[in-house]
Amino acid sequence: MKVKMLGKKAELCSACHECEKTCANVFFKVQETERARLRITDDKAKKEKLMVTCTQCGVCINICPTEAISRNKTGIVVIDKKKCVGCLSCVGFCPEEAMFQYKEDTLPFKCISCGQCVKKCPTGAIFLTETEIA
Amino acid sequence: MENKYSIEQIKSAHKILKEFTYVPKPVNKGYSGETLYVNLSTNEIKIKQVTERMKEIFIGGRGFGLWYLWNAVTEKTRWNDPENEIIISPGPIGGITQYPGAGKSLVVSLSPITGSAMDSNVGGYFGPYMKFSGFDAVEIQGKAPKDVVVFIDGDNGRITIEEAPLEDTNSHIVCEQLTELYAKDEADRLHVATVASGKAADHTLIGHLNFSFYDKRRKGTRLKQAGRGGIGTVFRDKKIKGLVVRTTNITGTSNNPADQALLNKTGIKLHKEIRRNDDKQCHMRTQGTAHLVEIMSDYDLLPVNNFKFGSHEKARQMASWVWGQKFTQGIPDGCWFGCTMACAKAVDGFELKTGPYKGDKVIVDGPEYETVAGVGSCCGIFEPDAVVELNFYCDTYGVDTISFGTLTAFAMECFENKVITEKETGGLKLNFGNHEAALELLHQMARGEGFGKIAGMGVRRMKEYFVKNYNADPKFLQDIGMECKGLEYSQYVSKESLAQQGGYALTNKGPQHDEAWLIFMDMVNNHIPTFENKAEALHYFPLFRTWFGLNGLCKLPWNDVEPEDNPKTDEPAKVPEHVQNYVDLFNGVTGKKIDKKELIRMSERVYNFQRVFNLKMGFGTREHDIPPYRSVGPVTCEEYESRKDRYDKQLKEKAGIDPAGLSTEEKVKKMREYREKQYQLLVDAVYKRRGWNEKGIPKLETLKDLSIDFEDVVKIVKSKM
Repeated sequence: MKVKMLGKKAELCSACHECEKTCANVFFKVQETERARLRITDDKAKKEKLMVTCTQCGVCINICPTEAISRNKTGIVVIDKKKCVGCLSCVGFCPEEAMFQYKEDTLPFKCISCGQCVKKCPTGAIFLTETEIA
Repeated sequence: MENKYSIEQIKSAHKILKEFTYVPKPVNKGYSGETLYVNLSTNEIKIKQVTERMKEIFIGGRGFGLWYLWNAVTEKTRWNDPENEIIISPGPIGGITQYPGAGKSLVVSLSPITGSAMDSNVGGYFGPYMKFSGFDAVEIQGKAPKDVVVFIDGDNGRITIEEAPLEDTNSHIVCEQLTELYAKDEADRLHVATVASGKAADHTLIGHLNFSFYDKRRKGTRLKQAGRGGIGTVFRDKKIKGLVVRTTNITGTSNNPADQALLNKTGIKLHKEIRRNDDKQCHMRTQGTAHLVEIMSDYDLLPVNNFKFGSHEKARQMASWVWGQKFTQGIPDGCWFGCTMACAKAVDGFELKTGPYKGDKVIVDGPEYETVAGVGSCCGIFEPDAVVELNFYCDTYGVDTISFGTLTAFAMECFENKVITEKETGGLKLNFGNHEAALELLHQMARGEGFGKIAGMGVRRMKEYFVKNYNADPKFLQDIGMECKGLEYSQYVSKESLAQQGGYALTNKGPQHDEAWLIFMDMVNNHIPTFENKAEALHYFPLFRTWFGLNGLCKLPWNDVEPEDNPKTDEPAKVPEHVQNYVDLFNGVTGKKIDKKELIRMSERVYNFQRVFNLKMGFGTREHDIPPYRSVGPVTCEEYESRKDRYDKQLKEKAGIDPAGLSTEEKVKKMREYREKQYQLLVDAVYKRRGWNEKGIPKLETLKDLSIDFEDVVKIVKSKM
């Protein structure tokens, strides 16, 4: 099936961090970029911005010991907080490092392709696209 | 095989003998502050308070177990006396979900085979669930007249002792039955954890305990083993069918640590390290500890034919890649939440070929390395499916695979040397490699029949029995019987590593690799060449590893994965970054401020206390620290010849004896004189480093320095000096 995911063009990113702030505000009602479900950092090797985003690949689904992570009807990978036991295995094993965790909180969080950040990106560096999953 | 009784029938046959209600105390900084006491003779149930002093000296886990057992027994108590206890405790870190390997329970009891205090480290959910139900430990004393189940309902604050006549005894069935019985529905099975043993624990002294965890993906209970020292035998002697705990209080913060952010950071760091390195290092996630088989064989360390040899060409039939194919892949096989080391591998849908469950398709937990080497190569068995079948039946019958392997190998060598014949074994052809005979021996143990009953007494008692009844040569049996302190050796050939000879025989509970594994450091890398170096290693590593058992941790994530830069550190064998992780975990949970030196001191208190416990029970002195010669050097000419070049060279270069012109027999004798002397010199150096006198008794100043100079401890030590 085709699943919505965030696409990215790092060469267009101006590191204004508007996407992170928007995301943190949508989900946690704060501006703190550490609460965002994506990350904009520096990729020193490539001398361009590193955009850490979820590809909805679903590796985390099989890592979770309590089956708290699954795909919803539209194929987006989501976390059931009632089932999560806060082990953070998914954070450590995400191949994109796009599963996040905040300070003392033990509930991880991730991008659900809502697209709010896309609307705020001034350069078109992030956009919604689709990926094919088995 | 169909279960004989339905869950409804089993349930309606339960008779409540005692009901006790309590208010579960929430965990604070790793401790609930209370422990549960259950007496099966009197049906008394009570709650004890955990004192600050107990936490300071004994920490938790094995420390709490030893302290409670010390107070429960006298020097006259034997394993099957009602006052003997089984204590289960997870320790303060036990139950955190963020760091791999943090759900261990430590089980302590007087051992049927050693007669002294035994400790065994086990995974599964019971320990953490018990803590989150309000208890830092459970102590079980007394003996029930009929089979019982003890149920801790952590959600409702209710404990019951229930007569349980219809459940099975064998673990793969009873753990399923109890999980179903006490769970509200299928989804609730995750919240139930059980402890059980099996039929062979009724008839042997090597019974073990299975700790279950519900595997959501396989939709079945998995079993992890508190294997060593016969605690399952004590369990069944108390007529316990099962211990059950149920709680829904399972979150990432149930252990209520002082600094959750520090635990999160430390845990994620290790998860990432495992993700990056496991495929390049130990392959624990795909092969479990069975990845060691060919490595041990390549380094001449894999026990073959009762530890005669260290390698075998057929070892590759049981190599890591074979297990990698047999194990189901892609499932998070941790024995506690968040263990991404995931070594708890399983063979699924295995069709049994023998015994009462012949034809059944079952989940087999493992095999782990110790089992492959124990019931496999040590017995000359190299058929993977035979190893899986032996593994399954050992588990469900409640038998320790390590002891079973080592004692079967001993019986096989006796059989091949005609110490025993088919007449004594009742027709069992116990030749090395005969896996059918090994399986039949195991089934006999479960039925309490034939030679299985004799073998099930363990190597030490078999030696006595063969000498008394079959006129066997006691010296030969002493040389080849791989036990020390009454406990069967675990599965590494220590002949060429003096440090590991001590690592095994200078242990508190008996020869088990969980205290020290120094072979590569000593034999391969030559990092500890002098007696002082070896003594320092035999001080540090047993204490470092003891610490895991005080805190509810697994040893494997310490050095079965390492940071990329570990080889460049000052002390790579210690894995300094991971030592710091453990300091951070302890401080993060308890809010204390220990450093890596205090970490060792914590263990040193408990370790010395356990040594004094051995003294209390009539052991603990130098003569009990002497290994059988098979673990030190070549007993027979056949063994000498198999490593002739190495031994000739050593005679010449180390012992100053020219082997030219000497017969193999003479060389064996000379080598023995040399090696036995070396061992005694090692013992001297280790005792000195540990602060013990030449008899192996902790000096009074050592006890005082460690703040364990309690009145009764000092009295015992003085009486032995």
